[in-house]
Amino acid sequence: MLELCDVKKSYQEPDGGTLPILDIPHFAVKEGEQMVLVGRSGCGKTTLLHTIAGISKADAGKILIDGVDIAGMSEAGVDRVRAEKLGYVFQTFNLLPGFSALENVMLGMTFAHGRKDRQRAEHLIARVGLAHRKTHKPAALSVGEQQRVAVARALANKPSILLADEPTANIDPRNQQNIIDLIRETCREEGVSLVLVTHSTEVAGQFERVDKLEEINKVK
Amino acid sequence: MYFLDLLQIAFRSIRQRGIASLLTMFSMSLGVTLVVAVLSIHGVVDKSFRNNASLGYNLIIGGKGGGQEQLTLSTVYYLSQPLYPVSGNYYLEFMSREERDKQMVHSFAHRSHEASTIVHDMRQLTSLGGPLDLMAEDLLDPVVEKQDALRADLDRPGKYAHLTEFAIPVCLGDYYDRFRVVATNTQLFDTLVYDIENQKKFEFAQGRNFHHHDKVHTYFEAVVGSTVARELNVKLGHEFSPSHGYQGGGAHASTFTVVGILKPSGTPNDRAVFINMEGFYLMEGHSEPVDGAVSEEEVLKAIDKLPTPEAKEKAWREHVAERAARETAPNQEPLAVEQREITALLLKTPRNAAMDLDKAVNNGKEAQAVLPVGVITRMFDFIITPIQRMLLVLTTMICIVSGVSILVSIYNSMSERRQEIAIMRALGAGRSTVMTIILLESTLLSLGGGFAGWLFGHLLCLIASPMIEEQTGVSVGLNLWGDPFYEPLKWFGIDGSIAERFVIPMEWTLVPGLVLLAIVVGLWPGMTAYRTDVAKSLGK
Repeated sequence: MLELCDVKKSYQEPDGGTLPILDIPHFAVKEGEQMVLVGRSGCGKTTLLHTIAGISKADAGKILIDGVDIAGMSEAGVDRVRAEKLGYVFQTFNLLPGFSALENVMLGMTFAHGRKDRQRAEHLIARVGLAHRKTHKPAALSVGEQQRVAVARALANKPSILLADEPTANIDPRNQQNIIDLIRETCREEGVSLVLVTHSTEVAGQFERVDKLEEINKVK
Repeated sequence: MYFLDLLQIAFRSIRQRGIASLLTMFSMSLGVTLVVAVLSIHGVVDKSFRNNASLGYNLIIGGKGGGQEQLTLSTVYYLSQPLYPVSGNYYLEFMSREERDKQMVHSFAHRSHEASTIVHDMRQLTSLGGPLDLMAEDLLDPVVEKQDALRADLDRPGKYAHLTEFAIPVCLGDYYDRFRVVATNTQLFDTLVYDIENQKKFEFAQGRNFHHHDKVHTYFEAVVGSTVARELNVKLGHEFSPSHGYQGGGAHASTFTVVGILKPSGTPNDRAVFINMEGFYLMEGHSEPVDGAVSEEEVLKAIDKLPTPEAKEKAWREHVAERAARETAPNQEPLAVEQREITALLLKTPRNAAMDLDKAVNNGKEAQAVLPVGVITRMFDFIITPIQRMLLVLTTMICIVSGVSILVSIYNSMSERRQEIAIMRALGAGRSTVMTIILLESTLLSLGGGFAGWLFGHLLCLIASPMIEEQTGVSVGLNLWGDPFYEPLKWFGIDGSIAERFVIPMEWTLVPGLVLLAIVVGLWPGMTAYRTDVAKSLGK
């Protein structure tokens, strides 16, 4: 499903030097598997998710998604894989303010195959419990509701993998568990693998597989 | 479908920044309003000039001296001061034998001829021989010879008659209020077809043409143009005295009565007052002084030489009273041909004769001939066309400035939109997709503003239409599709006949123009979107 082999990633420093961030010999997630990635701040968790999603290009190595290596693909190819095979839930929700909840869900479909499945979008909105608020714009939704919309949007294109980058960090404790439950349930229902980054030990404790980035990353 | 989705995203983005977007579109709409107004003005001026270039006559004959432009301006448009006149005798050279005979009845030559027939009879009686015959040889024979020569000159057609279809005389010089008084004969309204394409003569909204001679008004009838009637509130039966020489000059004693009001024609005649030429000649100062007669100028000089102001005042009053008595005297006879002067002749030649007559007149010493259509076209090309081009360039520049305002508006929004772009990229949108969205946004702003401007421009023209029609006779109306495009094509060196085959309404070119402008100004922010670093702009 998802496999990383010898993936390296570094950033250019202002003085011209390079700052290595990732050096991962091997990392894999099976089909339908749900796992948590933990690690201290600044250890490269978000960079790893960006690299998997093709948002940041790896310096070296292979990133296989459903057996296809995106590291060797053109940028347009990576964009297509990202649209069709990956879902992304951000800490800051990142909904487009000019669009309603339902439209935000359908927006993801636009870039995937150019065909918007309104019925599926309605179903997903209903699934995250926002059928009654589907026409509301993000500014009219609570943070919890916004993250629910973000989850629905991430699943809109029936991805193989859902990448969630600290999805509960901006949410009040009462709603945090609801969001985690929602993500896990929907991923299970849709047969989507889940890679979730979190700082919360409470959240991490709920998953069978918990990987520490420091352990899989050779850059310390 | 995909394109419509992108269009929707662009539209939402515009709506998201409502006020800024509206102001940007407003700026563009102002530019396009001006373009539409300039194009409409171009159409009006063009049509107006074309209308006026279709005069119904193809030659103007005026006195020697002064330029062709001045003769055309003063005769066709009643602008500029009239030039040197031509003599009444010269005018008769364009008439057939019958017409000339009729005119010559009112000539010294004719009177002299009548008087001299008695001399001729006397010579017959004295030709029997003897001393009386010898005396008559010395005294009467020179008179008889002169009379025979006179008869020969009277009894012939005008020398240009065969090259003339009609010749309408025009005498200028007087004003009624601020409008030019044009003295002419009845042919101007009875014969002249001023719009050849539509076979239109000048029509009367009220009343009739003036008569050559009327029992009630004698030679003092007048017809006024539509603008004159409206602006001076002139009705049928209205009486006026033209002022002499220039606007605000002293009024003549003669009074003309308005017997007709013309319908608007979109020609300079809307702004003119027409009087019977015979009445014009009977007014003081409008006749060439005959030998031995004292001219008006000489009278004024004599008055001026008087020693005291009282004497001057008395002499002036007496002169004015005498002049008024002369001008208004009953049973006046038309002025003698020899005393007449004509400012210009509006002349129509038979087919293909214009150049011959033009050459013949210009080779003579008495007058000059002008082909007015050529002069008008030249003036249009030299004066109006460059002004119109300049206006079009200016308004195009305004549109470009409006385009820059789109650029500024979108570019300023880019910093706050970087995250939106990054989100779309994270959702799978390619670089070219986000760039397309920005270009579509720019195009929507441009076309939206352009459409509003196009509508404003035409509404403006619609509102101003009655005023423009009154002034120029050209109906603007809503005319949503604008004038054909072939004129500007000609500017770019495309052959007129080819251009006219591809008649594209000029305003349609606004659409590709605005799209092109939008793409140009949208490229910069579009490239910014294209280069957006997704990882940096997303945050977490």
